[in-house]
Amino acid sequence: MDDALKLKLLAMVEKMPAFPQSVNKVIELTSDIECSPKQLVQVIEHDPVMTMKMLKLVNSAHFGLLNHISTIQHAVIYLGLNTVKNMALSIATVGMLKKFTSPWFNSHDFLLHSLLVATIARKLGEMRKFANHDSTDLFIAGLLHDFGKVVFIQFMKDEFYKALEMAQEQGMALYQAETQVMGVNHAEMGSILAAYWGLPKALITSIQYHHHLEEGANDLCEYVFVANQVVKYLNLGGAGNAVVEDFSAAMLSSFGSLESIVEDLGDMTDEIEKAHHFMNL
Amino acid sequence: MKVKFWGVRGSIPVPGPKTVRYGGNTTCIEVRTSDNHLIILDAGTGIYPLSMSLFPEFPMETHIFNTHTHWDHIHGLPFFIPLFVPGNEVHIYGAFDPIGGRPIDDILTTQLQYRHFPVREVELKAKVDFRTLKESESVQIGAATITPVMMNHPVINFGYRIDDHGKSMFFTGDHEAPYNIYAPEDDEYAIYEEILEKRNQHIRDAIAGVDLLIVDSAYTEMEYPQKKGWGHGTLDRGIRLGEEIGAAMICLTHHEPTRSDDDLEKVFAEALDRRKPLENEPNIILACEGLTLQL
Repeated sequence: MDDALKLKLLAMVEKMPAFPQSVNKVIELTSDIECSPKQLVQVIEHDPVMTMKMLKLVNSAHFGLLNHISTIQHAVIYLGLNTVKNMALSIATVGMLKKFTSPWFNSHDFLLHSLLVATIARKLGEMRKFANHDSTDLFIAGLLHDFGKVVFIQFMKDEFYKALEMAQEQGMALYQAETQVMGVNHAEMGSILAAYWGLPKALITSIQYHHHLEEGANDLCEYVFVANQVVKYLNLGGAGNAVVEDFSAAMLSSFGSLESIVEDLGDMTDEIEKAHHFMNL
Repeated sequence: MKVKFWGVRGSIPVPGPKTVRYGGNTTCIEVRTSDNHLIILDAGTGIYPLSMSLFPEFPMETHIFNTHTHWDHIHGLPFFIPLFVPGNEVHIYGAFDPIGGRPIDDILTTQLQYRHFPVREVELKAKVDFRTLKESESVQIGAATITPVMMNHPVINFGYRIDDHGKSMFFTGDHEAPYNIYAPEDDEYAIYEEILEKRNQHIRDAIAGVDLLIVDSAYTEMEYPQKKGWGHGTLDRGIRLGEEIGAAMICLTHHEPTRSDDDLEKVFAEALDRRKPLENEPNIILACEGLTLQL
């Protein structure tokens, strides 16, 4: 991607609206002076666009916070509740992300996919006593792994639809079709933005390599990869790419087979219901 | 370094018979560095009497550090006389506004709009400039180093640490220790608690060992539950913070506007009674208009 396009996209993403569910809920919550902080955080952290924008703000050079901030809870603790509340409201007033409804990619399935990858990455982390990060980091990494696709659908829709079509017709992975059509794939797009906005390095890496673990993935990325395959395998939601990717030998030895992971995760009804509940707010 | 209080009241000026001893002006602290540079912490109404005392020094250079842009910390600014006199230089420092997406430069523009004030910003005679600060980014003024530390308030609020020739002070601006938004039975409680502790430790590290801590102590412990989330501390918490960081002197300020002088002394005495004496006892005092401290 050339620099001019990159700059254009960065400027456009500033004005990018969040998902309708969270916009409505934020407006409702913030109209009450006694607004519940817990609920507000929950709404923000269930929306990839709001989360990304909030992390962008708190990590911006304006504050010069030495520790890169990786979760919405961090943002509340560092910026203060009222600032986060006003920030959420100002994101909400940008408008709502328009519904996208292509045959292979629609907003409902995309949000469900993102939320479930987030939830399962966190659950895997808790089950495996993932010590390097707190489990909220895994949730955020899962939520944001496909952020690049929201940018495409918003600002490069025709090209992205073409890539979706190509992937379906030729049975290729979506990221490969994206690269062929647009010269950049969603993982690169998401990570370019995350890096530009000063998000924590581990998070950038987990977005960047979620289809290419062998090229430099970190542990966060591995969890996101596994959660992504679980969600696709169980056919829950959808983000334009139903192909379940193979586990490398290294991944097999550290996580086991996809089937055994799904078995270990056990009954996911609760998690799925929670995601649906949030989406129907 | 010399510190003088010109305004010690929070929220709104409250002149009158009940506040004569401690004063009714809102926040303004004059700091003279060891090489006599003038640093002003906040521009509440206390900045007006301060500015009246500066005439003999004209033309002069002043450095105003704004903790945050709530009214009670800026409403004296348009009446800061040096702004109207040619030859003076006024440097204004403060935080970025993340909601408006604006640097500190707007602080005067907003106040000097046509419908609020008769003089326009371009008509000010002094040379005025602005500098938007980042957390931990120090500014050098003569012998003094001023370092902003992000505190917790409903708007971005910097506390300022000033180090000058081995002496140091810290003013919190308005600050309420952040609290856990989750209940102990919630899954997120423990993680949130952990980040809170890191954040509080960061603040303690940044202000450790100052000779003077000037701390927001607006409420009593009894009043606090009704005011939780408003962004202010209590007398007991202010004292405790000073003790934790080993301050030699703890000066409580941002007095609640409805509190009379008598009531202020009463709640102060009660807070002192509740504390346990330490081996190295700090000197704990109430901020009072006109009070001057030599460090």
